[in-house]
Amino acid sequence: MSPDGTDNNRRRFLTAATVVVGAIGTVAAAIPFVKSWNPSARTRSAGAPVEADISKIEPGGIITIKWRGKPVWVVRRDDKALSTLSEVADNLRDPESEDSIQPEYALGETRSIKPEYFIVVGICTHLGCSPSYRPNMITADFQGGFFCPCHGSKFDFSGRVYTGVPAPTNLTVPPHYYINDGLVLIGEDGVA
Amino acid sequence: MSEKSSNKGLIGWIDARFPLTKMWEEHLSKYYAPKNFNFWYFFGSLALLILVIQIVTGIFLTMHYKPDGEMAFTSVEYIMRDVDWGWLIRYLHSTGSSAFFIVVYLHMFRGVMYGSYQKPRELIWLFGMFIYLALMAEAFMGYLLPWGQMSYWGAQVIISLFGAIPVIGDDLTLWIRGDFVISDATLNRFFALHVVAVPLVLIMLVVMHILALHEVGSNNPEGIEIKNHKDENGNPLDGIPFHPYYSVKDIVGVVVFLILFSIVVFFMPEMGGYFLEHANFVPANQYQTPEHIAPVWYFTPYYAILRAVPDKLIGVILMFAAIFVLFILPWIDRGKVHSIRYRSSAYKWLLAMFVISFIGLGYLGALPLSDVRTFFARVYSIGYFGFFLGLWWISKNEKTKPVPERIQ
Amino acid sequence: MKKVFIIVVGLLMPVLSWGAETTYPNDKIEIDWDDKASMQRGARTFVNYCMSCHSAKYSRYNRVGQDLEISDSLLLDNLIFTTDKNGNKTKVGELMTIAMTPDYAERAFGVVPPDLSLIARSRGVNWLYNYLRGFYVDETRPLGMNNGVFDKVAMPHVLVDLQGYQEVKTIMQPDGQGGEHEVIVGFELVKPGSQSKSEYDQTVHDLVAFLDYLAEPYKQTRQNVGTGVIIFLFILLILTYFLKKEYWKDIH
Repeated sequence: MSPDGTDNNRRRFLTAATVVVGAIGTVAAAIPFVKSWNPSARTRSAGAPVEADISKIEPGGIITIKWRGKPVWVVRRDDKALSTLSEVADNLRDPESEDSIQPEYALGETRSIKPEYFIVVGICTHLGCSPSYRPNMITADFQGGFFCPCHGSKFDFSGRVYTGVPAPTNLTVPPHYYINDGLVLIGEDGVA
Repeated sequence: MSEKSSNKGLIGWIDARFPLTKMWEEHLSKYYAPKNFNFWYFFGSLALLILVIQIVTGIFLTMHYKPDGEMAFTSVEYIMRDVDWGWLIRYLHSTGSSAFFIVVYLHMFRGVMYGSYQKPRELIWLFGMFIYLALMAEAFMGYLLPWGQMSYWGAQVIISLFGAIPVIGDDLTLWIRGDFVISDATLNRFFALHVVAVPLVLIMLVVMHILALHEVGSNNPEGIEIKNHKDENGNPLDGIPFHPYYSVKDIVGVVVFLILFSIVVFFMPEMGGYFLEHANFVPANQYQTPEHIAPVWYFTPYYAILRAVPDKLIGVILMFAAIFVLFILPWIDRGKVHSIRYRSSAYKWLLAMFVISFIGLGYLGALPLSDVRTFFARVYSIGYFGFFLGLWWISKNEKTKPVPERIQ
Repeated sequence: MKKVFIIVVGLLMPVLSWGAETTYPNDKIEIDWDDKASMQRGARTFVNYCMSCHSAKYSRYNRVGQDLEISDSLLLDNLIFTTDKNGNKTKVGELMTIAMTPDYAERAFGVVPPDLSLIARSRGVNWLYNYLRGFYVDETRPLGMNNGVFDKVAMPHVLVDLQGYQEVKTIMQPDGQGGEHEVIVGFELVKPGSQSKSEYDQTVHDLVAFLDYLAEPYKQTRQNVGTGVIIFLFILLILTYFLKKEYWKDIH
């Protein structure tokens, strides 16, 4: 106790305790406001898995499915395209897809469940442009695949990025599974 | 706090460039407030707290709300159901508006009771009245936004009031609505005013209200000037620094308020149909008026005065007069004694009559009309205006009790 | 002060009297929000009988599923009977809309059947409970039915196969202005439905419980959060109270 009768320890303790509890309360009160920025139920519903009918794609053809507002491509690779996959490996930044995003069942050179069908999110991993499908654009250092018009990134038929272009990683493969031979569900892993 | 601040480090650096310490001292740590503030003195800081709550929740509501005749109602339900925690943000805002008026009415009553509007605090009172006016505009326009039946028809009735103005009335209402009825155009402009214009005005007025208060110093329940008796340092003998004494006291008030507020927000957000009216859960329909329409409770006293008068124009004039007369209260009251504690019993009876009339009018304004109710609305209307007339009359030569020199 | 209080109460007295309106039936119910089974049964009645004409367009199927503990597959099998514009079955995340357009409804019924998402908040659960049990045979009406709660109602009695047909018993009562008017005092079942009276009351109770849920799906969350918030604030109150007392020891 100080001479004038005030108990400074008690005062300090109560001040500190009030500040701490008050701060906890303020942080807790902020949580609902922060969370209100999460995707709403409407957005989540719109982002629900989508079915894609792949039975009508020609060999070498491509269809685009909208999933969560992004284009998802389903490419039916012909033998020629598949044969390029191992040839180009030396020119790729991440041929084993170790630093890229894909489900476990889509690892390896084909990055797909069935080698014939390649399913990938059509958004460049550089700055988010949508590359275009160029199966016939063959130059000295490119065997065909996907080409991003924004900054010239190149990807092979498995969406793997070439070296010497700005995109850092391979295109992202979304979770998906086959409902039956002609129908694939994009956005959800199959039931294990 | 003379010349340059003695602070070192970051605070000193800031003080050399911005009056941080100076403002802190002027408004908090060296603002001397009378030591005898009672319960009634919580409501000023509570009003400030609610203003902050309304602004924060309002900002977050605008992130999801759509000011569009087709989408407004749906977007409110979207906030309530689809947005994470949206229901909480919306209930905080809707309950906050009613809480704002409760607190402001109590704050104003405090001012009347202890003569806080009297010389030299007339400007504080005037700024306060403008805040009240801005608050009514803010609440009225905000109430249209959910676009329910009550929103729509309440706005319809209130805008139609302006139609009672001779000559320009009809053109004026058309201009306010921007359409022949309340419509998308009205909703859109009310939204702009509600979220941008009026809040800016409100904040500016609140700053002026507080600056004026801190210039002349606070009144107190005794209604005497603490500045008349100062110690050797020039500080009022009966004053104590706002911080820490009133900051720690007001925090207790804040927590008590938040408990009551939470009870409403979490357990009775509709408040029996007074804070959120049942008919407002039906989307606005311009071809069908609900069976019974009444304004939200905080407008009902004025609405009751309007309905008590059988003539449209006179009713509107009296309704606006009921608000205007509050503005000139500092000049109606010719008394020298501030606090009710030392005023005559005639004054106390008048004030009791005023309170009864105000509450009575508020109660009647929420109910459907009947002959008995109209009769009482008239009695209360006379009581309401009678207070001001009576005050002007009695305050000239009022028999007051002796006022002490110092706060005990 | 006491005198003033008595006068306040005295002066307010005359305005406290309410004009009592009489409708029949006039029962009250309590909704038990923990009785999910009741709400599930109500949901089933709702989609089977109400959703042919009424939407619940602010609500999502999977939200109902989550809150009422119904799995997505059960939702698809038992509650979702609508299709989207391409003819595909409505997904669980979709809003509970209906295919009938307001224009068509207006031509068919004269009024647009209102959306029922919020009906329990605008009408109240007691009104709904009485309304759905208040249909009686009245040959003067176009559909041969009237309602004790909602006179000259346009809605057909869609649950009549469950409830059966009832006739109305009335008496004459003075209306307070010198005349007399007819007042309903009871119903008599003239052709039973597939449910007994108590079974039907339970069906309606379940349906109203579901509608009450539908109007404010987050109600239980709201109350749970509220309890926590208030407990926290009381702890803070104790601290701030002692803090204030400690500082105010300085003031004499």
